[in-house]
Amino acid sequence: MAIRDRLSGNEAVAIAMRQIEPDVMGAFPITPSTEIPEYFSSFIADGLADTEFIAVESEHSAMSTCMGASAAGARAVTATSSAGLAYMWELLYVVASARLPVTMAVVNRALTGPININNDHSDSMGARDSGWLQIYAETNQEVYDNFIQAIPIAEAARLPIMVCQDGFITSHGVSNIDLIEDEKVKGFVGEYRPENYLLKHENPLAVGPYGTSPYYMEFKRQQAQSMKDAMPIIMDVAERFERMTGRKYGFFEEYMMDDAEVALVCIGSSAGTGKEAVDRLRAEGKKVGLIKLRVFRPFPRIPLAEAMCKVKAVAIMDKAESFSNSGGPLFNEARSSLYDLKDKPYAINYIYGLGGRDIRVEDFYDIYQDLFVIIEHDDPGDVYRYIGVRDSRFR
Amino acid sequence: MKTKASELNEQSTWQEVTTGAEIYEPATSLLVNTGEWRTMRPVFLKDKCKQCMLCVPFCPDSSIPVKDGKREDFDLMHCKGCGICAKVCPFDAIDFVEEVK
Repeated sequence: MAIRDRLSGNEAVAIAMRQIEPDVMGAFPITPSTEIPEYFSSFIADGLADTEFIAVESEHSAMSTCMGASAAGARAVTATSSAGLAYMWELLYVVASARLPVTMAVVNRALTGPININNDHSDSMGARDSGWLQIYAETNQEVYDNFIQAIPIAEAARLPIMVCQDGFITSHGVSNIDLIEDEKVKGFVGEYRPENYLLKHENPLAVGPYGTSPYYMEFKRQQAQSMKDAMPIIMDVAERFERMTGRKYGFFEEYMMDDAEVALVCIGSSAGTGKEAVDRLRAEGKKVGLIKLRVFRPFPRIPLAEAMCKVKAVAIMDKAESFSNSGGPLFNEARSSLYDLKDKPYAINYIYGLGGRDIRVEDFYDIYQDLFVIIEHDDPGDVYRYIGVRDSRFR
Repeated sequence: MKTKASELNEQSTWQEVTTGAEIYEPATSLLVNTGEWRTMRPVFLKDKCKQCMLCVPFCPDSSIPVKDGKREDFDLMHCKGCGICAKVCPFDAIDFVEEVK
């Protein structure tokens, strides 16, 4: 029987960690992820988890700790946000290229500047090319479920994974949650048994050698393949999770997409607000839908394109700027995935929610309205747009 | 067992290289000629050597092999030609000369 509780997203991750009982956690506190190592270290202190908690002096060391532990053969976890993730940058690439399955809870927060502690996705989106798997959550329940699934995904794919949630929105917002029994979680994640590891005395191993030009590119190509190979692994773990809990997960969730004329693609907690807008517009007879992307790395290019091409116009929402002058990261990848389709929808971008700027049901109303105008006039207009920003032109 | 580093070469494909560039056997650096960029070369003068062994720990590489408590001639496959051994030798038993092809 599932255990009913009410928890913040950070508490849910800490409980998942207690149930998983990793060998090592190396972590340094940073808002809004601080509570995760805080709660989890109290579980360890209370004898509820047999994990080596290594309190380090920086995030660079936190990720170095996880890297060393993972290479040695341990199951290693950490948690961070914003500048903490940025400070791990160098190690993110090292961990991914050494194919070490470190699991990291990322509580998404804006990057400085101006300095800001609230939610957007610029931290993990900035790390999108580091070779880490990335899974995002809408609700506290999904945060918990994703963290448990992350362990077997990472270890089967031999890739590190970021389990992302929206800072303060889910990390500190308390909601009802179904927890899984400890034994079931332990059975689900199993024991970590890497084939080779530094502490395996009968087989000396070197990790992280110098890769000269005649070899480097072959290793990068192999790393690219590992992302491709992670696709079926993510689905297998989701199916196994569904058999255990009844809760279904995929690369993305389609909401009211079957007969939709226009749709919106977004990541994270905003999908909840978006679904409320969909419900209200549906009640008015408007055929609108929503796609909530769960897995951003690997990017589910083909299935996402197939889902988007059901509609005539799609708004792709980015909670991160990339200052590319051609839209945010999700827009560029999602829109590019449509290119090979014969009949493709109009695709426009909205940058929203930066530094904790609220997005309301009314904002989603406006976006769907814009999409209907686009299909009516058969003209997308400027595809790179902002919503929720004060603009003198529209006073 | 996976591919050994000693089995990899510049014709190995991306499917053949080891996962995450791991090296599954020890001491593979012995296989690689890292002495090729040397411009100066130490010369072991066996007759002058008193086997005091001072040069051995001073070598920043491991290019002075020791067998049965005595140093042998240089491992020039790995010696970078830094000249520290010649500098520290109290018996002028190491010459330091230009590397010529």
